[in-house]
Amino acid sequence: MAEESARPGPRIREGDWAVLKRDEVFKAVQVLRRRKVIFEKQWFYLDNAIGHIYGTTFEVSTGGSLQPKKKMEETTTETKEAGTDNRNIVDDGKSQKLTHDDIQALKDKGIKGQEIVQQLIENSTTFRGKTEFAQDKYIKKKKKKYEAVITIVKPSTRILSTMYYAREPGKINHLRYDTLAQMLTLGNIRAGNKMIVMETCAGLVLGAIMERMGGHGSIIQMYPGGGPVRAATSCFGFPESFFRTLYEFPLSKVCSLVSGTFSSETLPSEPDYNVPVEEESNGSLEEKQTLIQETEVESNTEAVMESIETGDQETMDDLAAEDAECKESKERRNKENIREKQRKQQERKRKLVETAALLEEKNADGLIVASKFHPTPLLLSLLEFVAPSRPFVVYCQYKEPLLDCYTKLREKGGVINLKLSETWLRNYQVLPDRSHPKLMMSGGGGYLLSGITVTMEKVQSDANSLEAQKIEEPASKKRKLEELHC
Amino acid sequence: MSFVEYRDTIKDGDTAIVFLGHESMFPVKVQHGGKTQTKYGVIRHSTDLIGKRYGSKVTCSKGGWVFILHPTPELWTMNLPHRTQILYSTDISLITMMLELKPGSIVCESGTGSGSLSHAIIRTVAPTGHLYTVEFHQQRAEKAEEEFQEHKVEHLVTVKNQDVCKNGFGVSNVADAVFLDIPSPWEAIGHAKSALKIEGGRICSFSPCIEQVQRTCLAMEEHGFTEINTLESLLRVYNVRTVSLQIPDLGKAAEDNSGTGFDSSNQSNPESLYGILQQGTAQFKSGVPLKEMVGHTGYLTFATKSLF
Repeated sequence: MAEESARPGPRIREGDWAVLKRDEVFKAVQVLRRRKVIFEKQWFYLDNAIGHIYGTTFEVSTGGSLQPKKKMEETTTETKEAGTDNRNIVDDGKSQKLTHDDIQALKDKGIKGQEIVQQLIENSTTFRGKTEFAQDKYIKKKKKKYEAVITIVKPSTRILSTMYYAREPGKINHLRYDTLAQMLTLGNIRAGNKMIVMETCAGLVLGAIMERMGGHGSIIQMYPGGGPVRAATSCFGFPESFFRTLYEFPLSKVCSLVSGTFSSETLPSEPDYNVPVEEESNGSLEEKQTLIQETEVESNTEAVMESIETGDQETMDDLAAEDAECKESKERRNKENIREKQRKQQERKRKLVETAALLEEKNADGLIVASKFHPTPLLLSLLEFVAPSRPFVVYCQYKEPLLDCYTKLREKGGVINLKLSETWLRNYQVLPDRSHPKLMMSGGGGYLLSGITVTMEKVQSDANSLEAQKIEEPASKKRKLEELHC
Repeated sequence: MSFVEYRDTIKDGDTAIVFLGHESMFPVKVQHGGKTQTKYGVIRHSTDLIGKRYGSKVTCSKGGWVFILHPTPELWTMNLPHRTQILYSTDISLITMMLELKPGSIVCESGTGSGSLSHAIIRTVAPTGHLYTVEFHQQRAEKAEEEFQEHKVEHLVTVKNQDVCKNGFGVSNVADAVFLDIPSPWEAIGHAKSALKIEGGRICSFSPCIEQVQRTCLAMEEHGFTEINTLESLLRVYNVRTVSLQIPDLGKAAEDNSGTGFDSSNQSNPESLYGILQQGTAQFKSGVPLKEMVGHTGYLTFATKSLF
């Protein structure tokens, strides 16, 4: 429509990473044609969404196609008949006259959600007796169930961190989104920084940091095992340029780096440096999604490319043929593949050496740790690479490891302003005459230990007791005073 | 120094933070020939500060020492001169994330107040974003302008001395996010909507009182904002302490060899019976909450402006 194209705003393009939203439920998906998506008990294709502006709301129509839904003006509420309280309302489960089958029939006829809700109201014997508030609540509840509207929005830290916390908190060590917000601010994450990040939160924390750095500066991600997991990072849909200043370094090499014995000869076991792309969601119903993964597998006689797609299984045909001509070209391909593999290995080595050099400068602008590992060894080792007068923040799902971390840091010295904290978060329902905190709230969102680095000077006073209060001047100061008086 | 970028060494004109120890610190304007008094003695800027690395230990005239820290919006928030009640980093963190602020964002804010949130926003939207901040109190507006210049961030912020409820933010359809911390935010919702980009954006209103929140939510709804959500965030701090608890003396069992009351493995001392040491103290490490904590700052209401 001409009207559509006149509207400003970023448009949904094929290949984009977007987030499907229905009420409070989110799901991150990649916009691909002819790719079935399941979200909140509905199947559909995203093809029709391409070209629309982000923020557009859709309805799922027959056949699984999305139809843009205009924002309907709320039907003017004429003063409805209502009761005063619930003293005469008996819940016998029989107040709704429409049966499950009746409703299904309406749905099958293609009746719109709004109309179904209207039907339910008219066929409820108790509706008229409810208070206005109760009627409001009833209508809201039915609308939520029958007026299924999906909005497509752009991903952001706010949306993805909320999604992960609601749907897959285990993957992010139960890091609640407001705790993540604290980390980003306490860590002074901003454009131009050189950050060291160690996280095992599926790449969510990395993504959040990348968003706040806007592609400026650099990030060195430390990783355990063979390679970093960045499933959540891809959901942000960052441009390619953001990844040019993203480095990674294996934890297994940290000791050698700190002790000065680092050598690039032994790389950790070859990782698949491909990002496993998983569709992440906090929806209530989920079908098992298969990983979309590209792996290059080499064998002696052929190269096979496998791509596994959700829903349809497509395997590219084997390139093996039996005649000699093919065998020759196979050998050629073989050599090419070996060369390619060697080239990639060289590239990885080169990058590793480059990253090691960046770390060895010991001038990082900050350190963020949020992992399943015990934080103490991570902090004590990685702080070596951070410049003085820079903030660091450690997240832990549990408090006790941070108590240990705090103690060891005090002993080591070189840090000030240590603070162990957690945030308490509460949501509110705000309605005229009905405002109150919501019934349920998060029981916990993890703990943070933050501080600022300072120059390391071996003064006894630094290694004081845990309660390092500067109430009296430490021994060294007294000595200096004496010197001055001499 | 720069509030929006790290520098290594202290220079003339910088605002540095003097850290005396355990939550005791204050800001200092570094100047050639300047002198700063501390309880540990005098700090002479020319010799002790200028040219030194941030994070260094500086010995004062009386022999005591301090650390000189690079300023950050968070340290500034803890040390800035209050002209009004300010927002602290806990709320600021949530606001920053929920408004989806990042480099390049255009933000409108009112009231500027003491500039606590302003500095945090400037840090986040730099180097390509901008903050339009509106303050109806003339002296506060001027002081804010002064500070932004001193902190070398004036290119990232525009201060306007006007009443946002009457005259808006002074810009139209440019903002990605709007923040309101004023007595009657519902009167500014319309202006907020027009300041936001046509294709949409985020809004946040901070109010101490629930009545204000109710009016604001209603106004947001009337103006077509969606995803209206009110929440609050509180910080709980723990002190790390080694605690020793005394073991109570429960006495000894009587010298009776009949063996009644104990099982065959000869458990005759309270230690094995009650699972802990018999005497002395038990030591453990604990994160002890403070005696008092901030129980309320304000309610944060967020919403989305959408075309639909």
